[in-house]
Amino acid sequence: MKFVGKSVKRVDGIKKVTGSLKYVDDMKLSRMLYASVKRSPHPHAKILSINVEKALALKGVKDIITGEHYKKRGGLYLEDKNFLAVGKARYRGEAIAAIVATSQEVADKARKLIDVEYEVLPAVTNAVKAMEPGSPLVHPDLGEYYWVPVFMPKPGTNISNHYTLRKGNAPEAFEQADYVVENKFYVPHVQHVPIEPHTAIAQMDVDGVCTVWASCQSPYAVRQALSEAFDIPLNKLRVLSPAVGGGFGSKAGTTLEGIIIPLAMRNPGRPIKLTYTREDEFENAYVRQGLHATIKTGVNKDGKVIAVQNEFIWDGGAYNEYGVNIAKAAGYASAGPYDIDNVWTDSYCVYTNHPVGGPYRGFGMCEIHFGIEQNLDMIAKQLGITPVEIRRINGMKPGGTTGTGEVVPVAGLQECLEQVSFDIKLNEKTEVKEEHLARGKGIACGWKAPSMPNNAASSAIIKLNEDGSAHLLVSAQDIGQGSDTVMTQIAAEVLSISPEKITIKTGDTDHTPYEWQTVASRITYSAGRAVYEAAKDAMDQLLELSQIKLGVYKRDLELRDGYVVSKIYPDKKVAIADLALGLNFEDGSAVHGPIIGRGSFIPPNIRNADKKTGLGDHPVAFWTYGVQGVEVEVNTETGKVRVVKVASCFDVGKVMNPQLLEGQIEGAIVQGMGTALFEELMLKDGKVLNPSFVDYKIPTSDDMPEMIIKFVENPEETGPFGARGVAEPAMVPSAPAIANAIYDAVGIRLNTMPLTAEKVLNAIKAKKQND
Amino acid sequence: MKSLIKFTLNDEPVEHLVDNHITLLQMIREDFDLTGAKEGCGAGECGACTIIMDGKAVNACLVLGVEADGCEITTIEGLAQGSELHPLQVSFIENAALQCGYCTPGMIMTAKVLLDENPHPTVDEIKEGISGNLCRCTGYKKIIEAIQFVADNN
Repeated sequence: MKFVGKSVKRVDGIKKVTGSLKYVDDMKLSRMLYASVKRSPHPHAKILSINVEKALALKGVKDIITGEHYKKRGGLYLEDKNFLAVGKARYRGEAIAAIVATSQEVADKARKLIDVEYEVLPAVTNAVKAMEPGSPLVHPDLGEYYWVPVFMPKPGTNISNHYTLRKGNAPEAFEQADYVVENKFYVPHVQHVPIEPHTAIAQMDVDGVCTVWASCQSPYAVRQALSEAFDIPLNKLRVLSPAVGGGFGSKAGTTLEGIIIPLAMRNPGRPIKLTYTREDEFENAYVRQGLHATIKTGVNKDGKVIAVQNEFIWDGGAYNEYGVNIAKAAGYASAGPYDIDNVWTDSYCVYTNHPVGGPYRGFGMCEIHFGIEQNLDMIAKQLGITPVEIRRINGMKPGGTTGTGEVVPVAGLQECLEQVSFDIKLNEKTEVKEEHLARGKGIACGWKAPSMPNNAASSAIIKLNEDGSAHLLVSAQDIGQGSDTVMTQIAAEVLSISPEKITIKTGDTDHTPYEWQTVASRITYSAGRAVYEAAKDAMDQLLELSQIKLGVYKRDLELRDGYVVSKIYPDKKVAIADLALGLNFEDGSAVHGPIIGRGSFIPPNIRNADKKTGLGDHPVAFWTYGVQGVEVEVNTETGKVRVVKVASCFDVGKVMNPQLLEGQIEGAIVQGMGTALFEELMLKDGKVLNPSFVDYKIPTSDDMPEMIIKFVENPEETGPFGARGVAEPAMVPSAPAIANAIYDAVGIRLNTMPLTAEKVLNAIKAKKQND
Repeated sequence: MKSLIKFTLNDEPVEHLVDNHITLLQMIREDFDLTGAKEGCGAGECGACTIIMDGKAVNACLVLGVEADGCEITTIEGLAQGSELHPLQVSFIENAALQCGYCTPGMIMTAKVLLDENPHPTVDEIKEGISGNLCRCTGYKKIIEAIQFVADNN
């Protein structure tokens, strides 16, 4: 292949290195107004009154709205949220009122002049306790809400979804197991921390057309949500996402757009901008849900795991419209990438008065694997076998069966396992001279499927230009992962024209065709397949016209370097430029007209699993498998952990662009390392204690380990050129691999993330006392 | 209150009446429409707003606009000569040292000062030099390689 599989340079590179790419916050529109949001100081409180008079009187203030103006609830999977609080606030920071003014300064000043009277309610700040009878309810009216029927909320409780998986007979298998191990794990809330905070501009024109410019991953999903919330027909609502400065899931849903649209509706003709501060980002954008996990494993002496029982309790925060799907995804993946006959899982998404949980890179998977992969190492230890051996025995193999009973034809896990063990030199101990430093190595496996509705669809359009160049239109959003480049490569490959001859246009619901969402590591796979189909469609039209023009059967024609060429007589050819507007005859007449390729794709035959047992033969599009190996250095005097080296190997089906793919994996490794070692949203009584970069550290260049990145390529049958997604899966094994390496170094097990120096040091001290 | 200041912006002398209370970042973004420098935190912690002020890499969100008086300011927009990219910009593209691009202008400006002061840095010196610029996408490896590549060709 000419372009697919090559390190084609980013098509958005020049704009990004010159600072000329306009992100939404860079946009200045004429007569623009600025919004500011009054937020609740209480995690749970009834709103008794909101007095906006003083604020409205301030010079420059144009308008103020509260939840009372737009009471309609919305949500992706469960309609439980209002963009502005109605009746009560359910987390500290919830939007109570929104001000629009002629400058940001005035809007912010007016915010302080709004008086809100609250009746403070008891706050629900622990998801486990929130499930107990008698707990205060975050959503007493849950029973009245609409939800997508695959989810199972429990009205009258704080449970927004109870997912169940029952494969085989786990209770009986535990009776028969030679050993049973049970452990509890806790993964705290973290934040995505895109360097670009959330931002959006909305404008309602006098003719009723509403335009929204948003830093969002999924313009079509945002359009749909806003259309429903504000009763604007889809043909009158245009969502553009000109550029996204990092998403990682935080910009997958609809957040601040819903605050400014009502302001825009009341102030026609004036664009209204709202940009989050970094503090907002930590408190009021999405966060990754916390997880309380209990994992019980039954294993035989030969190392075969025969049963697992999981209880996952997700701290979903105040609104679970997206979080319910995280509990579900974690549930159907709960066996991990292992072939286990008996699986029993209960996964609960639970309302609390915490910041709103949402999708974060590999949602559900990073969290559950922290427990699954440590548990497996503990079992191996008990059996006296190595971490690699237990994974060889139980790890998924082609033809194996997943936790939901799906037989998987493709699974490169074992190849990844061998590659990583080799690259990290798992059996060799690195000696260090300093007595207070201890080295250790660990591995962890991971898997993930795209957690999306069965019918999540993609589409693409290719317009051929009369000079033989082309425009590619998609709504897959390049959020940094490089989709613009990979989509261009796919079209270039099929059309056999160079990527420079293709201009990709994205993120405009009026002009680029439907894409469900840029999430779930599904873009290369799904949007890529739509682009492939669109290019094939254009190719087919070109070949149709060429067989008339050249007098050669279509089957004997192919596209080659901008020409349609006879495979048998290569001098018989016609330039695609000459066919771009149709086929012209010698008498001056013409047929067909412009070549426009159309591609649509829905992953085939994904069916709902059984609602009670969770069993299903094809509940997801595909599974991505991979392994990480890690070497750490632990300072036994301070407890500080340094990740020295990481080896990663994933089965990506097909490497589309080696350089961009490496970048994805490197980013995932370092992001995973941050969550493993030091990232945690510190919550006390519902308050975020560390909403700044001073107190919430993310990895810097100083923290970067040496990285060895490898891939295996077992093709995905329905993916373009065999590709499957990997951007999220790459982060999944990071934290448990580090935890396992720490155990190897100093013999301590930490069951709660992050693995801070303080926790490590305390555990080392405790171990010394016990020894 | 406003002040009249004179300074050099991307090699051009300018006179500007600036609000005394706005930051240098606000001034270059709002008053001059140079939006390459970004506000990632507004507190000098992320480096997305890095510009060059009298040869030093500066977080423009921590400096007042009026402080530009008498200074030479270079922003990312002043780095390329017309359509000819600066070697660092070329190297960032060649080495895939950018993803979402939001940290990229600040990162490149920091790298420029780093290489101006130390044309042949070690990898550790590069790591230290850019440690005030946060990137959430790349894991830093390719950024370090891109800077190293330019240094090797210095």
